[in-house]
Amino acid sequence: MSKIGVFVCHCGENISATVDCAKVAETAGKYDGVTFSVDYKYMCSDPGQTLIKNAIAEKGLTGVVVAACSPRMHEPTFRKACAEAGLNPYMCEMANLREHCSWVHEKGDPTTDKAIDLVRVLVEKVKYNQSLNAIKVPVTKTALVIGGGIAGIQASLDIANTGHKVILIEKDPSIGGHMSQLSETFPTLDCSQCILTPRMVEVAQHPNITLYTYAELESLEGFIGNFKAKIRRKSKSLDEKLCTGCGLCTTKCPSKKIPSEFNEGLGMRTAIYVPFPQAVPNKPVIDRKNCTYYTKGKCRICEKVCPTGAIRFDQEDQIVEVEVGAIVLATGFTIKQTDFFPEYGYGKHPDIITGLQFERLASASGPTLGEIRRPSDGKVPQTIVFLSCAGSRDEAKGIPYCSKICCMYIAKHAMLYQHKVHGGKSYVFYMDIRAGGKMYEEFVRRAIEDDGVNYVRGRVSRIYEKNGKLIVKGADTLLGAMPVEIEADMVVLATAGVANEGAEELAQKLHVSYDPYHFFAEAHPKLKPVETNTAGIFLAGACQAPRDIPESVSMASGAAVKVAGLFSQDELTREPLIAVVNRQPAPVYSSCVGCFLCVSACPYQAIEKEEIKDRSGAVIKRVAKVNPGLCQGCGTCVAFCRTKSIDIQGYTHEQMYSEVMALLNEY
Amino acid sequence: MADFEPRIVAFVCNWCTYAGADLTGTSRIKYASNVRIVRFPCTGRIDYMLLLKAFDEGADGIIVSGCHPNDCHYTSGNFHARRRWIMFRSLCDFLGIDIRRIKFSWVSAAEGAKWADIVNSTVSSIRELGPYEEYRKIVKRPAKEVTNG
Repeated sequence: MSKIGVFVCHCGENISATVDCAKVAETAGKYDGVTFSVDYKYMCSDPGQTLIKNAIAEKGLTGVVVAACSPRMHEPTFRKACAEAGLNPYMCEMANLREHCSWVHEKGDPTTDKAIDLVRVLVEKVKYNQSLNAIKVPVTKTALVIGGGIAGIQASLDIANTGHKVILIEKDPSIGGHMSQLSETFPTLDCSQCILTPRMVEVAQHPNITLYTYAELESLEGFIGNFKAKIRRKSKSLDEKLCTGCGLCTTKCPSKKIPSEFNEGLGMRTAIYVPFPQAVPNKPVIDRKNCTYYTKGKCRICEKVCPTGAIRFDQEDQIVEVEVGAIVLATGFTIKQTDFFPEYGYGKHPDIITGLQFERLASASGPTLGEIRRPSDGKVPQTIVFLSCAGSRDEAKGIPYCSKICCMYIAKHAMLYQHKVHGGKSYVFYMDIRAGGKMYEEFVRRAIEDDGVNYVRGRVSRIYEKNGKLIVKGADTLLGAMPVEIEADMVVLATAGVANEGAEELAQKLHVSYDPYHFFAEAHPKLKPVETNTAGIFLAGACQAPRDIPESVSMASGAAVKVAGLFSQDELTREPLIAVVNRQPAPVYSSCVGCFLCVSACPYQAIEKEEIKDRSGAVIKRVAKVNPGLCQGCGTCVAFCRTKSIDIQGYTHEQMYSEVMALLNEY
Repeated sequence: MADFEPRIVAFVCNWCTYAGADLTGTSRIKYASNVRIVRFPCTGRIDYMLLLKAFDEGADGIIVSGCHPNDCHYTSGNFHARRRWIMFRSLCDFLGIDIRRIKFSWVSAAEGAKWADIVNSTVSSIRELGPYEEYRKIVKRPAKEVTNG
């Protein structure tokens, strides 16, 4: 026989103003199984909790119903109080009298009646509650960081510095990401390479970091604390132990006309190449798609010139299996290319370039060694036009969001141009200037006021070529939409920042949710910005949304702290509100008939097939079995099960049916 | 009939609609008190036999509500719920159960006002339909009178 205690809270006057709390407590006290019922002004206060604890001890309560605010608010509080008094915390339920009753209805009998109903329902539920124990799972204290841009670098270093092992994988031949391509950084104009490369080196030399470049995640299994990842190390056609990074092979390679990814196609590279001089690791890879040996079967010049004999043409991809406890996703973003814009010439004109291409032109390590020269004929542009919001904030283009970084980098670009081309004229077409950030607005004002960049508020409808000039047709909305036409030598489009190609596929591999634009979704937009809905997987940087460097770094450090917090314990405790498949004595073993509908319904691959065997090892029956480490407790399998063999703790069939049956009928 | 107060049972998921209804509370938006909310972890957990059980026990109308498509806390529970609802709806219709009495909706944790609207509109439409006597005649079980103390 249950001995249930009902504790009705007034919440000051929040509940008692519209609900007759004394009547609720009095009515509840009459229900079968309720041995104690009381109302009190503040149940969550210290005296309130003591009231509950004392009642549990004195009356020997087997179940507790706290009728107060939303369980989403104080369920942990009251469950903890129950646990402190020696009652299993999962024997405590809350009736939501505040958010779902007193705050939304007028004072009167119907409101009190509803409160009574809500209490009765939970009293009936609690009768079927079972004592549950938190699930404990061990933690592998190694983190996997995917993506070696600034976010991944920062996260790796921060985790490694807490004393834990990190495996950093990067799909390109070098770490560094987009930041390594940038010339200067806003709002301080310090050189991007100068602040980034020391960190890249630190990653390579850190005793706790294992770096796999030219590697991608092949598959992921497992759950928080216990992931098993397969990493594909793409063949570099190189024995890295022998290679000294002398670079002789790259100078002798005959395939020299391959557009360089690092230079955004503005420069050329060889088939065996190091993406940029400061690359980490500073050892070449062979691009098999463009290598003469792999395409035509002849050449092998690099092999001949290599002084250490490090070239390995027959090297194959290697699959590395690692066990990790947490994952930081820092795969970054990409930008739309100029061919996305029919109105700006479909990318056919070489002098209409993207912001990232301009970064390469302005960079001292770039194809023009930092001189602003237009790609078509190498002339210094005397008039340059920058277009912000190229694609961004444009629903018609499917990118309604703001790419966030463009306003700032355009101001930087215009400023750099003015510093490098004296007497040059620069125009910026903008919709709004979004310069929210420390020293950001001042930076934009500097571009306008000190460097004389002409800001025109309006959009550009068309760009076309005429007599060797690019005619930029737009409107100045601050002058009553007056048409503006500028004869430019070069145009820079601040194209929209978008999710990486294949982001969706990666998200599915990791069971991480993603937004409509394929950026990875955080668990809560405000309070859990670096967590994902998959426990143990965290986000850093622009893979979640367009982010600038300071934000990416902050996110990375945030994610690192989450990982370090996870690794601070030897075991994880999880809520035991998970599904279980029933087990019965022989010869039935389980009412499960092994249809495995649940297996296909489960979003977490938490249900396995189990064979029940007799002593001789012969299989008697195949049934479903839930992996408690993977199950998140959604209960989708429960609704699917034909034989009602699978049930979810905390929301069992008995509990839910007793709730529904208690809802409308007087006890 | 004029003083008929419909009895509505709402089956909601913990993460979106339950939280949305909490927001209705914190925003102090008033709505009809005819609804009783039952909390589930996910709409995917909702066994639709519970809906029939609720009618059985005297409900005049039912609301099922969860996270918007693509917003499910458990990635895909609401899609399963939606698919099963499509099946269940046509089965109910075939069996002669008045499907106008079951309202299926999405209410996110940010849509406190929408929750109030859904409850109010369901209450008024069920009020027009009247008590669900037909069902109770079929199951030969008149709804018990709720008297409360």
